[in-house]
Amino acid sequence: MGLQAYLTLAAALFAIGLFGVVTRRNTIGILLGIELMLNAVNINLVAFARFNADPAGFIFTVFTISITVAEVALGLALVILIFRVRRTAMADHLDILRG
Amino acid sequence: MRDPASLALATVLLPAAAFLLLALVVPLRRAGRPAAYLSTLFAAGRSPARVRAWSISARGGFSLWTWPWIPMEAGALTSVGVLADADSTLMLVLVAGVSFLVQLYSLGYLSDEPPASLGRYYTYQSLFAFSMMGLVLAPNFVQLFVCWELVGLCSYLLIGYWYQRPEAARAAVKAFWTTKAGDVGLLIGIVLLYRQAGTFDFLDLLVMVDSRTLPLAGLGAITFCIYLGAVGKSAQFPLHVWLPDAMEGPTPVSALIHAATMVTAGVYLLVRTAWLFDQTPEVLEIVGWVGAFTALLASVLACAQSDIKRVLAYSTVSQLGFMMAAIGAGFASAGFLHLLTHGVFKALLFLAAGAVIHAVGTNDIFAMGGLGRAMPQTFIVFLIGTLSLAGIPFFGGFFSKEEIFAGVWVGGLSIPFAMLAIAAFLTAFYMFRVVFIVFCRHAGHGHGSEGHAHDGPLTMTVPLWILAALSMAVGIGFAVKHPEAEFVAPGWITPLAVALALGGITLAWLTYQRRAIDADRLSGAFALVRDAAENRFYLDDAVPLDLSLVMLLGFSRIIGWVDRYVVDGVLNVLSAWTLDAGDRLRRIQSGQPQDYVYGVALGVLLLLVWFHWLG
Repeated sequence: MGLQAYLTLAAALFAIGLFGVVTRRNTIGILLGIELMLNAVNINLVAFARFNADPAGFIFTVFTISITVAEVALGLALVILIFRVRRTAMADHLDILRG
Repeated sequence: MRDPASLALATVLLPAAAFLLLALVVPLRRAGRPAAYLSTLFAAGRSPARVRAWSISARGGFSLWTWPWIPMEAGALTSVGVLADADSTLMLVLVAGVSFLVQLYSLGYLSDEPPASLGRYYTYQSLFAFSMMGLVLAPNFVQLFVCWELVGLCSYLLIGYWYQRPEAARAAVKAFWTTKAGDVGLLIGIVLLYRQAGTFDFLDLLVMVDSRTLPLAGLGAITFCIYLGAVGKSAQFPLHVWLPDAMEGPTPVSALIHAATMVTAGVYLLVRTAWLFDQTPEVLEIVGWVGAFTALLASVLACAQSDIKRVLAYSTVSQLGFMMAAIGAGFASAGFLHLLTHGVFKALLFLAAGAVIHAVGTNDIFAMGGLGRAMPQTFIVFLIGTLSLAGIPFFGGFFSKEEIFAGVWVGGLSIPFAMLAIAAFLTAFYMFRVVFIVFCRHAGHGHGSEGHAHDGPLTMTVPLWILAALSMAVGIGFAVKHPEAEFVAPGWITPLAVALALGGITLAWLTYQRRAIDADRLSGAFALVRDAAENRFYLDDAVPLDLSLVMLLGFSRIIGWVDRYVVDGVLNVLSAWTLDAGDRLRRIQSGQPQDYVYGVALGVLLLLVWFHWLG
């Protein structure tokens, strides 16, 4: 299997994640979509590292994973806080910034 | 520093420095009295240098000190600087001297003014002194015109000094408009002259005239245009209407600007360019006729005035007519001589009248009376000024006025000569009418204004005495040693001039002092003239005021339309568009995070397509 297969997989995963982010009403669903997109990036990084024999990609991936964890924790905390205040976690209800 | 030009230049820069100081250092100006002292001191400064510049220049020759100005590809277009010769330095001495005395006098006259207004007054005074000196010493038409407009501006500002009073504001605008009408002519004349001769410079032009290389075709129109400037500035018929109204300004201003210096700028211009006007005798003849007619008209008008300042204002117009008549007859030096002596004694008369007004608090001569006893000093100096103006031997104006008579007669203008003779008779009459009514007879209406009236403070009386001494000195000096005239006058001129003056005085004495002739019957004999004169010959109503009013209104209407529909319209359309666009763009901000993500994704996609397939 060549590099192209990995990149295609990553692109598909990214598209699925983006679709989730754009279409889900639930904020947690949006967060999950973001996770998918980040993992698509990770796949890209690992694939390039593997095929170019460059360990920088692996190191980057480790960083991304750890940052993702922090991001998800923070994101979930925010969602819970919003739910407590507004009694809803639906993204289309949270539009107080509308112009 | 033996060079008259550099001496003169140094003295010109003093008032300029005073003006800049007062204009830029606001606390100093607001302080009032310190500003007044500064301005007065700077006006007095370096007077010896001025006198020395004159005494050197008077021996003949000239000295020039210029810097190039307005650089062009083929050298500088013109220059600024100082042209010092006998005429200009003598005029400089007069301007600086009267300017200083008037500023000194104003210290007393305007002592009740609030400090900020006083500072403003002295700022204008310094600017005026500087611009008038710049005008006098101008080596070319461009500097002359710039200074010409500057003195016009100062005149406007100082007439409107009490701008809270609508009459003063209106008079200021009227003066500005009327003189501006003449200035347009002057500007056109200067530009035409440049096209004809290729230079603005007096000396270059003089050389061209002397060597007969100046093309004469069309020169008449040019000199006539230049003369128009003098008509406006020196209040010649029909543009004389602004000068009597200009009396709304403070009296010292009337003395300085509207009697001694600025209004004589037109005469000075014609004296300065007399060699140019000599090339166009037909224009000179117009100058002479208009001058004599102005002298007669204004002296008739002066007889019908009851406001002391207006009498003096019409008298100024009349005397300017005398000067112009002499120039028109081809004897500019006689006109210039009268300009100088008139500058001294008319400033004296105005300042003395100011002292009277200051003491009595009214301008109406019939509300005064018997002031000779209450204000002896003022009475004496006013009498000296009046005798000078009437042309009594051994007083300031006698010799110069006689010179004008002789010049006009020798110049062959016999009808203008007759007009001037009548004007001289009326001059003596209306001046002594004022003297007898104000100073001699008792107040007939029981106003009792002489009760608490008294001579002014020292700052006011000292300038009066200096000017009175000067007019006496001039008169006696000329009686002892005549400057030689350029012409031979017939012997009967002198007796005629004296007889006219004495006749006028006698008539005034009989009418207003002895009451041998009833004033009402006297004026009744000239009822037609009197009625017309009381309405100022309908000149103010007929032409200039209505014209300027119509023009002003029309102009304002056009400006108003442009402002309302073009300027405001453009702004309104722009703001409506902005509002509309903002309202539309607002809807993009849905507040939904997913819409934003969608937008970002779409944007990235567009960029990709752009770079990949189109880039």
